[in-house]
Formats: sequence, C-alpha cells, structure tokens
Amino acid sequence: MTGADGVEGAVDAAFRSEWGRVVATLIRVTGDWDLAEECAQDAFARALERWPRDGVPRNPGAWLTTTARNRAFDRLRRIASGAAKLEEVAVISRPDASDDGDDGIEDSGIAGSGIEDDRLRLIFTCCHPALSRDAQVALTLRTLAGLTTAEIARAFLVPEATMAQRLVRAKHKIRNAGIPYRVPPGYLLPERTGAVLAVLYLLFNEGYSATSGAELVRAGLCAEALRLARTLVGLMPDEPEAMGLLALLLLTDARRAARVDAVGDLVPLEEQDRTRWDPAAISEGLDRLDAALRRRRPGPYQVQAAIAACHASAPDASATDWVEIAALYRELVRMMPTPVVELNRAVAVGMADGPEAGLRLVDALDDSGALSGYHLLSATRADLLRRLGRPAEAAVSYRIALALAATDAERRYLARRLAQSSEPG
Amino acid sequence: MRYILLICADESGVQALSPAEGESMMGEYMKFGEEMTKRGVLQAGERLHPTTDATTVQVRNGEVLTSDGPFAETKEQIGGFYVIDAKDLDEAIEVAAKIPGARVGTIEVRPIWEM
Repeated sequence: MTGADGVEGAVDAAFRSEWGRVVATLIRVTGDWDLAEECAQDAFARALERWPRDGVPRNPGAWLTTTARNRAFDRLRRIASGAAKLEEVAVISRPDASDDGDDGIEDSGIAGSGIEDDRLRLIFTCCHPALSRDAQVALTLRTLAGLTTAEIARAFLVPEATMAQRLVRAKHKIRNAGIPYRVPPGYLLPERTGAVLAVLYLLFNEGYSATSGAELVRAGLCAEALRLARTLVGLMPDEPEAMGLLALLLLTDARRAARVDAVGDLVPLEEQDRTRWDPAAISEGLDRLDAALRRRRPGPYQVQAAIAACHASAPDASATDWVEIAALYRELVRMMPTPVVELNRAVAVGMADGPEAGLRLVDALDDSGALSGYHLLSATRADLLRRLGRPAEAAVSYRIALALAATDAERRYLARRLAQSSEPG
Repeated sequence: MRYILLICADESGVQALSPAEGESMMGEYMKFGEEMTKRGVLQAGERLHPTTDATTVQVRNGEVLTSDGPFAETKEQIGGFYVIDAKDLDEAIEVAAKIPGARVGTIEVRPIWEM
C-alpha cells in the first residue's frame, strides 16, 4: 500500500514529467488547444481521486493520456450537435488515435532519427516565428511545462489578466492563421530550431537574472528551462546546438549559489567562492559539451558553453585560460556579430593580452556608438583603465556607468569599485 | 486555407524604376503568377494604382464621409495582392517569399475570414 503522501508525490511527479506529453497528444488528437489543456487538467484531478484507491498505475503517463483522451471524447460527443463537432469526433475516433503512446507518426523533418514525439510538435508550434517572442515563451510555459497562467504572469511581472489575454491571442492566431501542428520539414528546421533554442535561453536568463527572495518565482524559470532543454535534447539527439544549449545552461546554473552574497549583491565571477559551484552540474555540462562538439557542427550555443566550460574548469580565477576564452569569443563574434558579444570579447582580450589591448577594442566599440548608454560599456572601460593605473579616468567611467546602471545591485557593485579606484596606492 | 498576400513597398521606389528595371520586374511577376497558377495555389491577384488615386470612405451616423488618400499614411503602401489557397501558414509564407516584391518591400500574410 502506498500512503496518501506517496500517492500525492506520484501525481506531482507525473505532473512534472507527463503534463507536456498529455497536452501535446491531446492537441494532435482534438486539434483544440483549450480542450486539450482542460482535459489534461481533468485527468490529473482524477488521478488524485483514483490513485489513492486503486494504486499508482504501472505507466502513469499512459494512464493520464488515455484518461484525458476519453474525457475529450466524452465532451466532444456530448456537444456534438453540429456537424463540425461530429467531424471532430470522427477525427478523435480514428483508429490511429486510439492507442496509448507515440502513434500517428508522420514524416518528420528529422529524417532517420526515428524519434517523433508530440511534445516536439508542440514546442515547434509554440515557437513558430509567426508568434511574438512573448507569446512563444508564454505558450511554451503553459502548454509544455504546465505552469499556470498566474505563475507565468508572476514570473514575467505582468498582471494575470494581461498574461491570460496573451495566451488566448496566441492560441487564436495558431487556429486562425493556420499555423501547422508539426515538426517543420528539413529545409525549415535550422531556422525553426533556432527559435526554440532562443525561447529556452530567454527563459533561463529571465530566471537567472533573479537574485533576491522576492524573485524566487523567477528563479524557478531556470529549472523549467533546464528541464525543457533536457527534453529537447532527448527529442533531437542529433542536434548539437540543442546539446550545446543544455551544456551552457548546466555550466551557468552550476554557479548560481556563488553569484550572490549574503545581502543579495552580485558577486563577479573572479570573486566567487568556487567551492560553492555545483560539481555535478559542471561535470554533466562538460560531458554534454563534449558530446555536442563531437558532432563537428559548431554553433553559438556550443561556443558559449565552451567559454562557460573554461571558467568552470579553472580551480581559481587566476588559473582561467583567458587565451582560449578570447579565441572562443573571436569565433562567437564571427557567428553572432552583435556589439554585446564584441564587448565580451574585449573583456577576454583585456585578460589574455593585457588591458591595453582590451581598451583598444572597447574604444573602437565606443566610437561606433552601437552601445551608447549601455552601462557595461562604461564599466568595462573603467575596469581596464583601473588596471592600467589611470585611476582618474577610471573614476570618470565608473561614474558614467553608475548613472546608467539599471538595478540597485549593479549600482552597489560599481560604487564599491569606484571607491576602490579612488583609494591611493 | 485561403490567405491574402498584401504586397507593401515604398511607392516612390517603384515609380523611380527605369523602364528596363520596370520591365524586368513585370517579367518576374508574370513568372511568379504562372508558377503559382500551375501549382494550383493562386486564386486571384491584382496590381493596384498608387495611393494618390485612393479614396477612403467612412459612414458615421448615417453620413458618408469621403476623403482622398489612403487609410494610413505610412512609408510603405499596398501596391498589389494575391489570394492563395495554401495548406497552412508555412506554405503561405513560402509562397509569399517568392513574390518579387518581398525583396524590396514587405508581404503581409493575412488569413481570409471564411464566411
């Protein structure tokens, strides 16, 4: 006999691992996103009712999918007064929709991988380029990760009504504009996979930028992003950039505990207590990165993961292989020629070849005007000047950065640096 | 599903084309039209006169208000359209990307509200 707590735990675990699969299958079978979500909810409610009495089924996922599907069937039959609904019942009753698992395998863009999962259809549809990035993120969290509208609203700091409307509009657009529910064919796959990876990366960063207790809900986004990235890697094992993204997220998340001090201030990488880094996450991240690089199809996520790996492998800050990091940033600039990546490269070059070389790159960026008003440009400049022994100029740049910084934590950090650079000696 | 593909571009750019450039553009449009008709997706398509020939009509409180000019003064104007019947949005996007005007302007893909 399983205790009531054990059963609740089992339902909880099933919710986390199976929600996306149940919803994804129900959308394919019914073509109705709202109905799919409602019936998935019903199935989990029924599990809470039935599992304590009947025991946890051997395959909870199959039980939940079948229950949700039967529920959808009942509901469609009950309201099947119009011809349109009858048609839906006909679709739902198709023989290929009647078994438990990965049925209805269609020709997919991932030729030969043999893996076709409704969750993959779902994530590609959620991240279709005809939807705004905001809508892509919200839909992914709601339908694939199972977060409630209220949770997503809190995570993105918008009123719940706004988030609810965003989700409704996105679902309407999918239906009205005819966005197909499928894994895109091969010729579209590179472009579309990029959008999926970008959504997961954004999710993670939203969570990672949360530093204080009040923002713990946002921190939960990191865990969701990691979970979804793992799912994606499982679904697209031949896609090195998906693996690279997972490695990047693991290696970045490993530093989470060390990046904020007791009062909630950000601790820069070189000052972090590396014994507080998560060795299991680092080890898995390095393994995943190796597996990705073995495919010999490099991309920006793999390069960023390689940079994170350089930091993660250094026992202390002074042992960091900055020459390697600077080389990786040169590669990243080639793939993603954005001013922010250029700035990061300047920092790395400043460490590898000395502050003078870094300052030359920062000055060039400054002259281009592409990052005017960006506090990290001034902060980087200030840091290089400080290291060059030019404290007066450094102080000027620190003050500019202070005036531009967006958060209190950043302002406190810069003020501390300014005070240090003003000290004699 | 049926979609309308609205071809939006800066009219002054089109008017500034040399006769040879204009002819080559027309040739590309003819080719696009033939290909899409053969493929069976094309239902209708027209080139429009510029917005200087446009009239806007509104009825407010039973009164017809007519004014000259397009609905919205924007940098880009609708210069033509196609109506296509595509399998889904992905096919509509693929067809839209083949319109010669997509290289200089913007194609707006709008699903048609079927009655």
